[in-house]
Amino acid sequence: MEIELNNHTVFAATGREDLVPGLPTIVFIHGAGLDHTVWTLFNRYFAKRQFNSIAVDLPGHGRSGGKPLHSIEDCARWLVEFIHALKIGQTALVGHSMGALIALEAAHRAQAVINKLVLLGAAVPMPVADPLLNAAQANDHSAVDMIMLYAHADASQLGGNPVAGIHIMNSNMRLLERSLENVLYADLKACHEYSNGLAAARNMLLPVTLILGAEDRMTPPAQSTDLINTLEQVRVETLPDCGHMLMSEQPEAVHRALSRIFHN
Amino acid sequence: MKYPGFDTISLHGGQRPDPVTGARAAPIYQTTSFVFRETDQASSMFDIARSGHVYSRISNPTVGVLEERIAGLEGGTGAVATASGMAAIHLAVCTIMDGGSHIVSSHALYGGTHNLFTYTLPRFGITTTFVDPRDPDAFKRAIRPETRLIYAETIGNPRCEVLDIETIAGIAHDAYIPLMLDSTLTTPSLLKPFEHGADIVIHSLTKFLGGHGVAIGGIIVDSGRFDWDGSGKFKTLTEPYPGILNIDFAEDFGPDAFLHRARREGLRDFGAALSPTHAFYILQGVETLALRMDKHVANTRKIVECLDHNEAVEYVTYPELPAHPDHELAKKLLPKGCGSVFSFELKGGLEAGIKFIESLKVFSHLANVGDAKSLVIHPASTTHSRMDADALKQAGISAGLVRLSVGLEDPDDLINDLNRALYRSQK
Repeated sequence: MEIELNNHTVFAATGREDLVPGLPTIVFIHGAGLDHTVWTLFNRYFAKRQFNSIAVDLPGHGRSGGKPLHSIEDCARWLVEFIHALKIGQTALVGHSMGALIALEAAHRAQAVINKLVLLGAAVPMPVADPLLNAAQANDHSAVDMIMLYAHADASQLGGNPVAGIHIMNSNMRLLERSLENVLYADLKACHEYSNGLAAARNMLLPVTLILGAEDRMTPPAQSTDLINTLEQVRVETLPDCGHMLMSEQPEAVHRALSRIFHN
Repeated sequence: MKYPGFDTISLHGGQRPDPVTGARAAPIYQTTSFVFRETDQASSMFDIARSGHVYSRISNPTVGVLEERIAGLEGGTGAVATASGMAAIHLAVCTIMDGGSHIVSSHALYGGTHNLFTYTLPRFGITTTFVDPRDPDAFKRAIRPETRLIYAETIGNPRCEVLDIETIAGIAHDAYIPLMLDSTLTTPSLLKPFEHGADIVIHSLTKFLGGHGVAIGGIIVDSGRFDWDGSGKFKTLTEPYPGILNIDFAEDFGPDAFLHRARREGLRDFGAALSPTHAFYILQGVETLALRMDKHVANTRKIVECLDHNEAVEYVTYPELPAHPDHELAKKLLPKGCGSVFSFELKGGLEAGIKFIESLKVFSHLANVGDAKSLVIHPASTTHSRMDADALKQAGISAGLVRLSVGLEDPDDLINDLNRALYRSQK
């Protein structure tokens, strides 16, 4: 699906199904330097199960036009505009990493149109180390290497993917390489500079589920403690043998977690 | 922190200890099909909306370990294993080509591939122009609007032409088409074609990767770097496919588009799946790949030196020899060695060739390469016998040419065997 928003094309995968007003809606928001394809299995699943399921490409990412936005607040503002433009009423937000921060901030700003929040690999704040920021700013491949090594659990670096024949880390590496030209830096900088997360969480009236990787070195579970303690209605699922790239490292566990949230 | 090293991937890639039994070795999941836990899981698997296995023609956990392991060794986004190396070539070609499509291929090919491109694929509307692998301009000149692929072998068989991968990849990419390479003779232990710009790599697993000559298999590995959307020439990957739920593979799977189409359509419809037991056999070989390739190369170097100084030998074709036309390129691309398959020309032509082969005791006369055991064959009468005289001449295969695949035996025994047979060949 493509729509025009602020003079730019926005792409969103809908599992090849039309959006139907009145059906429950889920909007999936990808992380830094990634795109809608990280959600393909889950997006297709809910699209075939009487949901409007929408995996959107943020501006300047994947198949969406424009340039990446420079702050989580700008991304959240844009996301709310996108949701209004869909004209499908209330929606749940499922965000991963940077997408989780965007979902949190968007829900804070527009609680009337958001009915549920699922945050994967989320920590508040989400500081990014200088060596990674500097490498990303220089569009240097070492930025991708750092993310690959820190974002995947040790076991995932060697494989064992239930999606047959796909090498978890190399596949994620190629996806990230596509955004090396300035997009990754803009995203990481936005994560690093976002400071409104706990304030957004403090005012959150919605039910929130956090899905965390037990071996996540990018946003370690311990780094989510402040967020968990601040949210009023929060449930936490921690996936064993899983790093920061939850959807590709443990697709079945993420599937079960999302099913519990949306089928219940 | 560092990425896992080559030998670690060879041993552990694609596998975690079995979650049920704790088995350290990859178990052989010798089953045709997999029980669904509930109907929702069943239907979602058919919707391509959930991970896991349905039917072993499409995917299997043991085969999956092998696929991920080879992908890890090559630096690819993934792999699809097949019942043979030829099945891998056929599946890779047919995943991106339609009737009316055209291939530009090196003429220095394994005889079976030459046959597929020359006689079989044209019956289905796919034609090939063969060019000299040492002439980059010939590749460029042969590209037509309907060309969808440049195809070559990393080292030609049997005359060891070394492909200038970077240059040929550049020519392919300028034409918005991928470079597909058969890397069987080099293996990722000696050469990683993706690091030089290749897009898709094919292996006959039967050869060095298996190494023991007990299982037939093939594999396709994708670099995930070719921009199928940007090319605009590959509708099978960039338009909704009614045959599989109207999936647009590039849109839904990004860098894994080619692999998903090859598996979901190619294994489903052509059906050349690798058996789990064969995958297990081949995994045993992959565990020692680097060790074996080092020994293959060390033995080969000793034998090449011996043959190069033997009066019964007209010439030896091995890229590490300074006289070989690709010597400088080989030094750059293949610093760890040029493999262990090469050829030499005996003085005395066909008659000497027959005496030589029949005098060997340690080398086995058979149609295979890349075994742990040393092998010998006479290409003009066997592997390349279906090529006509012009094609044989083009490929540089003469009546006296002998191909060796040097194994892992004691090198002194191999040299003694060759010296004895060479002596008898001249009587």
